[in-house]
Amino acid sequence: MKAVVTVIGKDSVGIIAEVSAECAKHNANIVDITQSVLKDYFAMIMLVEIHNMKTEFSSFQRELSLLGERRGLDVRAMHEDIFNSMHRI
Amino acid sequence: MLNINDILETVNMIKQENLDIRTITMGISLFDCISDDQKKLEQRVYDKITKSAQNLVKTAQDLEGTYGIPIINKRVSVTPMALVGANCDKDGFVRLALVLEKAAKELGINFIGGFGALVQKGMTRGAVNLIDAIPEALASTDRVCSSINVASTKAGINMDAVKKMGEIMKETAYLTRDRDSIGCAKLVVFSNIPEDNPFMAGAMHGMGEPETVINVGVSGPGVVASAIKREGACDFSHLADVIKKTAFKITRVGQLIAYEASKRLGVPYGIIDLSLAPTPAVGDSVAYILENMGLEKCGCHGTTAALAMLNDAVKKGGVMASSHVGGLSGAFIPVSEDAGMISAAECGALSIEKLEAMTAVCSVGLDMIAVPGDTSASTLSGIIADEIAIGVINNKTTAVRLIPVHGKGVGESVEFGGLLGHAPIMKLSEYSSQDFIARGGRIPAPIHSLRN
Repeated sequence: MKAVVTVIGKDSVGIIAEVSAECAKHNANIVDITQSVLKDYFAMIMLVEIHNMKTEFSSFQRELSLLGERRGLDVRAMHEDIFNSMHRI
Repeated sequence: MLNINDILETVNMIKQENLDIRTITMGISLFDCISDDQKKLEQRVYDKITKSAQNLVKTAQDLEGTYGIPIINKRVSVTPMALVGANCDKDGFVRLALVLEKAAKELGINFIGGFGALVQKGMTRGAVNLIDAIPEALASTDRVCSSINVASTKAGINMDAVKKMGEIMKETAYLTRDRDSIGCAKLVVFSNIPEDNPFMAGAMHGMGEPETVINVGVSGPGVVASAIKREGACDFSHLADVIKKTAFKITRVGQLIAYEASKRLGVPYGIIDLSLAPTPAVGDSVAYILENMGLEKCGCHGTTAALAMLNDAVKKGGVMASSHVGGLSGAFIPVSEDAGMISAAECGALSIEKLEAMTAVCSVGLDMIAVPGDTSASTLSGIIADEIAIGVINNKTTAVRLIPVHGKGVGESVEFGGLLGHAPIMKLSEYSSQDFIARGGRIPAPIHSLRN
C-alpha cells in the first residue's frame, strides 16, 4: 500500500530533508520522488510505502501537516488510490 | 509513478476548488419495526437505526483521513414513515419524528430523511396522519427531513395532496416563525421521487431497496467552474467535453469512497448520485459555472440552455465513472445555498419564473426559495402544481422546497445559516390560484405514461 505525499509552497532550504526525516521517523519508505520549482513556487511529490509504518497513518498525516504549518507549506499525505481512481481508467 | 500534474490537479481540486464528497447516506429499511403498539414501534425504530448506522460517522471520518478528501455530511435515510407507522395517529407520528431526531443525535449525523409518504394516487389513513403531523414534527426537531411524493408520470398528479401540501407548508412556516420559518427548509414536495436519493431534504429508503445500503452524493461545482474558466473562449462541443472529463474525475472519487465505505461497513453499495451540489461558499456555485460559460448574470437569457448542457454533460461524464448511478444526478439550483444564485436573485437577474423554466432541464426543482410570509396556501399549491406538472409531463423528478418566511416580504432577506445559506424574498404573482386549487381530484397521467 502506498501513499502520495505532496508538498506545495514557497521554496526554501531543507524542505526535502525535513519531509524525508518525517517519513523515516514513521518508517515510511520513500520509493519515488519528483519535484519541480517554477520561479519561487515549489512542488514536490513523494511516493511512500506505508504498510510497514510504525505509527497510524493518521498520525503521520497530522505531523506532516504540522510540519507544513511551521514552514508555511501545504503538506499532505493521501492514499494513492484517490489519484489512481481519478486519473486512470 | 503517477504523473505530477495529475497529482497536483487532484490536490488543487480539493484545496482550492472545494471538491468534496457531499454526503454518505446509509439507507435503512424499517419494515421489520412495524408494530401495533406505539411504544414497541418507537423502540424498534430507534434500535434499528442506531444499531445499523453505529459505525457510519467513524467510518466516514476514517475515509476522509485516508484519502484526504473532505466528506461533508453523514446521513441516514429510512423507509417512508407513513408505511412504517401506518397505524399511528397524528400524535403518534410526531412522537416517531422525535424518535428519529433522538437516533440522529445519538449517531452524530446532521440529517435523517424519510419522514414522508408516497401519495401520488391517493392518501392512506396513515399518510393523512403523517402529513398532518409534519408541521409539529418539523417544528419540534432539527434534523428530521420530510418528503412527500404527490405525483408521478405513471399516476398523474394528486391535486388533493398538492392542495394539502400548500397548507402544510404554510403551517410549518408559522410554527417555526421564531427561526425564520426554517421548518420549511426540511420539507420537500416531489414528483417522480427517486427511492435511492442520498441528498436531503428528499432522501428516503424506497420499498425496493435492500435491508441497508450505502449511497454517495458527490459534488464539485467549483471544479467544473474552474475547468470552464481555464478553457477560455472555446465552442460548445469543446465545452461539453471539458465538463464531461471533469464530471468523470469527480465521480471516480465518489465511486472510490462508496466502494470503500461499503466494504468497511459491510453494507451493500447502492448508487452514486452524480450531482453538482453547491454550497454558499464562494467558488462552490452552479450559478458561477453558468456565468463562466459567458452569461453576465445567472438568470439572463441563455441560462436555461447553459443549464441544460451542463446537466447533460455532467451525466454523460459521470455515468462512465460509476458502476451504478441513481438518485437525482445532475445540477442542483437551490437559491439560498448557492452564492451565485443569491447574488443573481438579489440584483433582480433571477426571477421565480426563470427558475421554473430552469427546473425543466436541471436535476430537481424549485429549491430553497424564500417567498413572502403572507403568500396564501393556495398560491403555494399553485407553485407546487406548476413545478410538479413539469416533472410529470417530462418524465423527470421535480420538487418544491419553498420557505414562506413568516412576517417578511419582498425586499427583505432571510438568513438560515450554515449550508442552508441566505436568500432574498422573491416576488410572486399577485393573482389568485384559489379556485383552480380548490377543485381537488387528480390530474390524469399523461398519454406517454402508457408505454407498455
